[in-house]
Order: sequence, then C-alpha cells, then structure tokens
Amino acid sequence: MTTEKKTEPDELIHIPPEMAIAEADVRSEEAGEFVRGSSLWRDAWRRLLKNKLAVFGLVFVIIITVASIVGPTLIKRTFGFTPDYIPSHDLRLTKSFPPFTGPDGEFSWAHPMGTDNAGRDQLARVLQGGQISLFVGIIATLVSLLIGVTYGAIAGYFGGRLDDVMMRIVDVLYSLPYIILVIVLLSMFRSQTPRGQLILLFVALGSVSWLTMARIVRGQVLSLKNQEFVLAARATGVSGPRIIFRHLVPNTLGPVIVYATLTIPQIMLTEAFLSFLGFGVQAPLASWGSLATEGIANISVFPWQLICPGVTMALTLFSLNFLGDGLRDALDPQMRTV
Amino acid sequence: MLRFIVRRLLITIPTILVVITLTWGLIKLAPGNFYSGERPLSAAVENNIREKYGLDKPWYQQYGKTMWSIIGRLDFGTSLRYEGQSVNSIIRRSLPVSATIGILAYALALVVGITVGSIAALKQNSKWDYASMAVAMLGISVPNFVLGPILVLIFSLTLYWVPPSRWNGFPSRNLILPVLTLSVVYMAYIARLTRAGMLEVLGSDYIRTARAKGLSEKDVVIRHALRGGLMPVISYTGPALAFLLTGTVVVERIFALPGLGNYFIQASLNRDEPLIIGIVAFIAITLLLMNLLVDIAYAFLDPRVRYQ
Amino acid sequence: MFHPANPVKMTLLNKMTTTNGNLLEVKNLRTYFDTEDGIVKAVDDISFQLKRGETLGIVGESGSGKSVTNLSIIRLIPDPPGKIVSGEVIFKDNDLLLLSNEAIRKIRGRRIAMIFQDPMTSLNPFMKISRQLMEMTQLHLGHTKAQAYEHAIRMLETVGIPDARARADSYPHEFSGGMRQRVMIAMALSCEPELLIADEPTTALDVTIQAQILELIKTLKRETGTSVILITHDLGVVAGMTDHVIVMYAGKIFEQARTAELFSRPGNPYTKGLLRSVPDPIAEQGKLYQIPGQPPDVAHLKPGCPFAPRCDHVQEICHREFPPFVQLNADHYSLCHFAREVFAESGNPQISQIGSV
Repeated sequence: MTTEKKTEPDELIHIPPEMAIAEADVRSEEAGEFVRGSSLWRDAWRRLLKNKLAVFGLVFVIIITVASIVGPTLIKRTFGFTPDYIPSHDLRLTKSFPPFTGPDGEFSWAHPMGTDNAGRDQLARVLQGGQISLFVGIIATLVSLLIGVTYGAIAGYFGGRLDDVMMRIVDVLYSLPYIILVIVLLSMFRSQTPRGQLILLFVALGSVSWLTMARIVRGQVLSLKNQEFVLAARATGVSGPRIIFRHLVPNTLGPVIVYATLTIPQIMLTEAFLSFLGFGVQAPLASWGSLATEGIANISVFPWQLICPGVTMALTLFSLNFLGDGLRDALDPQMRTV
Repeated sequence: MLRFIVRRLLITIPTILVVITLTWGLIKLAPGNFYSGERPLSAAVENNIREKYGLDKPWYQQYGKTMWSIIGRLDFGTSLRYEGQSVNSIIRRSLPVSATIGILAYALALVVGITVGSIAALKQNSKWDYASMAVAMLGISVPNFVLGPILVLIFSLTLYWVPPSRWNGFPSRNLILPVLTLSVVYMAYIARLTRAGMLEVLGSDYIRTARAKGLSEKDVVIRHALRGGLMPVISYTGPALAFLLTGTVVVERIFALPGLGNYFIQASLNRDEPLIIGIVAFIAITLLLMNLLVDIAYAFLDPRVRYQ
Repeated sequence: MFHPANPVKMTLLNKMTTTNGNLLEVKNLRTYFDTEDGIVKAVDDISFQLKRGETLGIVGESGSGKSVTNLSIIRLIPDPPGKIVSGEVIFKDNDLLLLSNEAIRKIRGRRIAMIFQDPMTSLNPFMKISRQLMEMTQLHLGHTKAQAYEHAIRMLETVGIPDARARADSYPHEFSGGMRQRVMIAMALSCEPELLIADEPTTALDVTIQAQILELIKTLKRETGTSVILITHDLGVVAGMTDHVIVMYAGKIFEQARTAELFSRPGNPYTKGLLRSVPDPIAEQGKLYQIPGQPPDVAHLKPGCPFAPRCDHVQEICHREFPPFVQLNADHYSLCHFAREVFAESGNPQISQIGSV
C-alpha cells in the first residue's frame, strides 16, 4: 500500500500511478463520512488494529496501568507484602535478593523482581512507583492540554495581530532551555511535603509542555474556522467562546489525542530525569525514576535494583510511544511529526 | 539575509533578558535564603551577610546591579560556594567538558542515525526497517540515567573494556561510555527523522524524474534524495541542542564529569545564586545563538527558503 | 535550431529499427499492485505498437492505467507495491522487461525519456537547473562539465527559455510553471531519445501555456524525428497531436484506432461518451455532457464489462460476460460486445442520434 493518500482537488486531474490505487479507497471513505459520522473513528480504529506494534503498545499500557492500580493490593493479599513492608523480625530477610530467589538462594515465587536493601518486595514497589509515574504523566499532560488547547484555540480563532503576538511568544518559549528553568523552579520552591512536591511537579511539567499542543490546535482551528458549520453557528449568533469550545475544539480531537498520547511518555521521562537529579517526587512516595535512581547506587552488586524499575519504565514508554505513533498513522496518515 | 540575522538578534537579546529575569525572580521569590542553612544564624551575622551580598538594598537595585554586570560587562559575579571563584572562571573551566561530550555525542548520533534511517527508508517495510525502527523507539524510551549505569555494568564492571568514569581530557577511552550514553537518544530521533524525511522525498516526483534520467539508485539517493531528506534533521538540530544540555546534566552526574551540567545541579542544590543565574544565562545565550545558526544553515541548504 | 548531441551516433541509431518497422511493441503487459484492498490490476493485458516517428496518444480517466502502462515500459513502477506480472516490451529488438537493471538505466533518459505531469514538483528543488540538465549528458554521452554546461544552455535555448545563459543557474522555484515544463522538455531531449513519453505534460499548466508547450513538443518532434507517446485525459489534446489513439479504461484498452478515425467513427460507447463530454462551442449552449457514474474500483472488478454500469448501450450480457476485442477496420479495435453496432451507428449520424437518445 502506498504510504500517502492524497485527495486530488479536481476529479479530472491526473492522479499519479502510485496514488491511483489509493484513490478509490479515499473516495469510498469520503462517501462514508457523509453517511455516518462515526466512520472516521471506526476507520481509524480498524487501521490501528492492523498496526501490530501499536496494538502491542495498547495492550501493554492497559496491562501496566491495571497492574499498577490493583497490583500492590493483590500482592498484599497473596504474599502479605506491602511496598514498604520491611521484614525486620528476621535479619536474614532484610537484604537484597535477586529476582525469583529465596533467602537461601533457592528458587522462589515470592519476589519476582527481587528485594531492595531493606528486604522490601521490588515488584510491589515498582507497581506502586508505576502509579506515581503514570499519575504524574497523565495529570501533567492534562495540565498541558488545558493550557495548550485554550491558548491555541484562542490564537487560531481570533487570528490577526493577537495570533501573531501569541505565536511569537510560543516561538520565543520554544527556544528557551525550559528544563533548566524547571530545575531552578523545583530547587528553589522545594516543597516540604511529598504531596506538595507532586503538585509542584504537575504545574512545572505541564506548564512547559503545552507549546506544541498550542501550535497543533491553532493550526487546526485556523483551517476549521471558515468552514460552513462554524459560519452557520456564527450567523445564528453563537458567542465566540462557545464557538471555540463547542464547535472548534471538539473537531481538533484527533490530533490532540495523538499528541497527548505522545506527551505522556515525554513527561514521564522528564519526571524520571528530575527524580534522578533529586528534584522529583519525594520519599516516601516513589516513582520509577526515583526507584531506578536508588538502584544506581548498588549497580555493581544488586543490578536488579536498577534493571527492574528501569526496564518496566522503558517498556511502558516504548508502548506509549508506539501507541501514539500508531494513533497518528491511524487518525491522519498525512500528519507527520517525530 | 543580513536583515534577517539582525532582526533575529534583536529578538534574541530581549529573550535572554527575560530568561535571566525569570531565573532571578524565581530565586528571589523562593522562600528562605542561601545562607539559611541547618542552624539559625544570629541577627548580627545575618545582617553582615546581607550587607556583604547587597541583600539589604531594595529589590530593584539588586536586580539592576545583577543585570548591569551581566549585560554590560558579561560578568556573572562570584560563586557563593566555591569561595573566591568567579562564575566566569567556572564556566570557562567546565564548558570544554560538556562541549566535548555534547559535540562528540551529536556527531556520532548524526552518522549512525542518518545511516540507519536512510537504509530503513530505502528498504521500507523490510525486516531491517521494522527492526531498526523498533530499536530506535527503544532508544527513545530508555532514560539515559538507566542506560548509562547498565552500560557501565556491562562494559566496565563485567567486561573490563573501558574505564567507568572520571574526566581524563580528550581524547580518552573514558569518553566512550558517556558519549555513547548521551548519543543513543539522538541517534534514535535522527534515525526516525531521516527515515520519515527520506520516505517523503523518495516518493516525490523529482526522484521519479531522477530515476527516469537513468541515474543509478546510488546516485539517485546521494545526489537527489539525501539533501531534501535530511532537511528535517537540520531543523531538529535546534531543539536537539536544548535536549543535549539536559542530557549532559545526567551523563555528567552518572560519570562524575566536571561539566557545566554538574556544576549547575550542584549550584541548584546549594542555592549558589550567582552560579545558577550565570549558567542559565550562558545556556540561554548559547542556545539562542545556535538556533539562529541552524536557521541560517537551513536557508543555505534550501534554496527555496529566503528570509527577509 | 536543434543541436544533435552526437551526430554520428544518431544516424547509426536511426538505421537500427525492429524488423517490422516498429520502434516499440508492448505485448500482453500486466502490471498489478498489491494493496491492502487486494490485487489492483492497474494494467491488465495491454498490447500496442508504436512506429518510428509516430505519435501515439493514450487517453483515459484518472486511474485507468495509462500512466502505469508507460512507467512499466521503462520499469519505473514502485515495487513494492507494484509488479509487472507478465508481458513483453520490445524496444528495438530488446525486451526491456528482461534487461538487467544496469542495462535498463542506459535506456532511460538516453533512448526513452519522460516528461511528467507536474513541472512544479518534477524538478529537484535543491539543484540548479543547469546541473539537472548537465546530469543527463554527463551520464549518457560522457560530456565533460564544460561540454555539458554548454549543451544544457543550447537545450534551454532550443525550448525557448529567454536569456538561457543568465538563467541556467537559477533554481526551479525561480521559474514559472510553463518555464519549468520547458526545462523538463529540454532535459528529456538532451540526449536525443528515440522515444519521448509525455505523461500529461500540460495538465498542470494554464490553458495559454498548454498550447505553447504542445506546440513546442510538436516542433521538436518534427525536427528530431523522435517518436512520442502522449498521455492525457483530454481528447482535445490528442486530436491535433497524434497519429494513433488508445483509449484506456480500468486497466484495459477499450478502443484503439487512427486518430482521425477514432474521432469520426468511434467504435466503443466509452469513447463516444468521452467525445461527447468534450465541450463543443458550436453546439447548444449550457449543456455539458458527462459520463454518468464513477470509474470502477479496480481492486474489486465484477465479471463482465467494467464500463457496463455507466454505459448507455448496456445489455444484460454486459454484466455477465467480459467483452471481446473486436477488429472493426484496419488498425481499429474496440472492446465491446456491441462494437460493430456502435461502429455502424457512428458511421451513420442518423442512427447515432437515435441510438443515444
């Protein structure tokens, strides 16, 4: 199949051979859209399912999310370990075991990811870390969505000078070493409570990740705002903000979902990076980033302390990235960003 | 072209001012002070310190003084922690370390990324294409602070091929692991960008023209496709520089290298205010100038782009 | 006006023709595309000949397979997904489909040159015009840089680029669409090919420029004796330019005839439809004929005639059986169950009018 599908503006215009095949396909899809509105999403879903790596990503993301949520409880029920349970009654147990190993070096199902220095179950800790990492990723992405969509929609809808100024600001912000500023912010306003630090992280990460989103939404709104349905809404006296949020924003959903999917791993990576530097989530909360950082210290003796959270995180990011890529290809074969 | 450069510089200067002001403001707004450590200080000592560092003056005077010495004299002041060392001398000392690693890593990433990406594009949908793109995605997904120690574990602690850490100048075997660690992400991004760019170009009409001319596939790729296919990589170099900075921070910490990033983290942890502002300002200036250079390079490489 | 690149070689080449006087013979060519939707038979069992010095027009709607036919001749079908499944392309006693990649490259540009539809995108935007032209003669005629440069400028003058020497070092975006198509023609003719394939050379251009470009092709063809295949969807273009016409539909040849005869006595309902849809300034105003319906989805062709759903002569048999390729006259063939009836109708204007009501 050709990689690109282009609809020719004029039926009569010659379509180059490599696109001639796609032509019939495109036409039938277009015809379908008039019949049923959900066709776009159904087609996208069908295309997504054809993409093996994206399906793998989707499945893994679902598994890791569910495991992070119910996993710690499940482990507590079966083995009795909570993520911070230290077996202090037995000195033989308060040390780091390799994965699938019991106190005497025998095979054991008790700790599939081994234990940390205090004898805490790594699997439970990694799953609980997943809660934090995914939570930070999702909430900060929502923050960036909120800012980016609003900003982009306003710039695109009102256009003119306002648009010029707003987009110039985005250009300037783009060229800033924002991560450096985030570090300054986090180091200066270090919160005393883990919960406060978490909120600070959401704000800091969300407020630097909205730039691309704003650009995408603006572009979409610019191209949509002169279409009939918007003109009709305006003609019937619908107010500006209502047009933006009821008519324009919902129609930018496709690219926004795609980009949001790709923003989550980006933010999780940044959070891990900040945790590594000591500016991320604070103990007793732990994210994959902070667990891996703890593991680095013991890399030569207990490598599983780094590898288990590190690999879990890498696989999750890998899956999210492939899912985002797959969504992009499925929703809009024309859109290309890396 | 000249007008474009001048205009860009005119935007760049206020941007730098904004960055410095923002950093300065963050530091001033933050609760506490650099000297408020574990023990509470006596009022007299505190007053002495405040006077010594000009903290007793109103905020606009402090701001004005800081800005003037930075803008007017390019003097970032004296470090609070590294007694008697000027921020400028610390930057001068640490920059070569970061620059060496950064440049080597980006060069390696360009070579490997462009090669892998081009081959993947030329053999689209082949096993090689899928494999290299999956590996590239993995490269993007593995945090470099996880990758670095794993590389150390394998190549230094297990195989004893290369030394694990410490700065030993350039060239040195000590550079191999840090450069590799830093390079992987960019390799991955560049490979993906090259593949996408090449695919777009290889499907274009002018490549069909080149083939219809009777050129060999090698000439079609090298003479006609590569230039257009690599334009996305050129544009990526701007943002890449920004990421490179954060990357060096991690690598310098993992491998205990005395680079700019390491000093910056130390300064942030110690609240060494002049050093923080100095490094942030330096990074912002470098970044903006590099972005300008990338844009100029772009105009030279694509005859259709003309700035005015 | 035209400067032969290598006079001695040219005359030698001109003497070498296939034994039966045909420069090009396409036999039973099939080019399929393997898509998600199934196998698309873009070109399905096509045969035709081209005599030296003649011009052949290939007409059809988009997706009819006319471009794929010609890309198949010089083996430029993107593979995958495309594949030349079977057939022969005899060009001067050689089957091009059997040549090595190396050998076919020596044919491309040198003996068979192509002009593409969109001059805006068909030239390399990153390369100076002069270099793009020089590449041809450096590659095929072994020109040095200086020779190639001079030749490039002569070629640009030949195709009517004003002030060619000054403009040779421009980039394509500095030229207008018509000028770029002239550059494409100059490039294609640089090595004096024996066959020029022009794939919709004027579709992307303004009407006034279209006429100039067609006139240019005509003139150059007359001066060099190059054979031409002209691909177009516009029957108007074909009328004044070609000796023979092939009408393609859904990957098949529907009708093939001498140009004059095709226009005066079409033997296929599809051709008739195409002819009717050419706007006629003399005829009653305000009524533009259009063949009803859409071209078929070539991936899912039903048995029977692919044109049946749109045909005004359709009978029950057309949906059931694939039509025969009927010879109507010397050099005149039509793919239709009722070819003879349609042909007879066209010969008699009276019947024709009754028939089409």
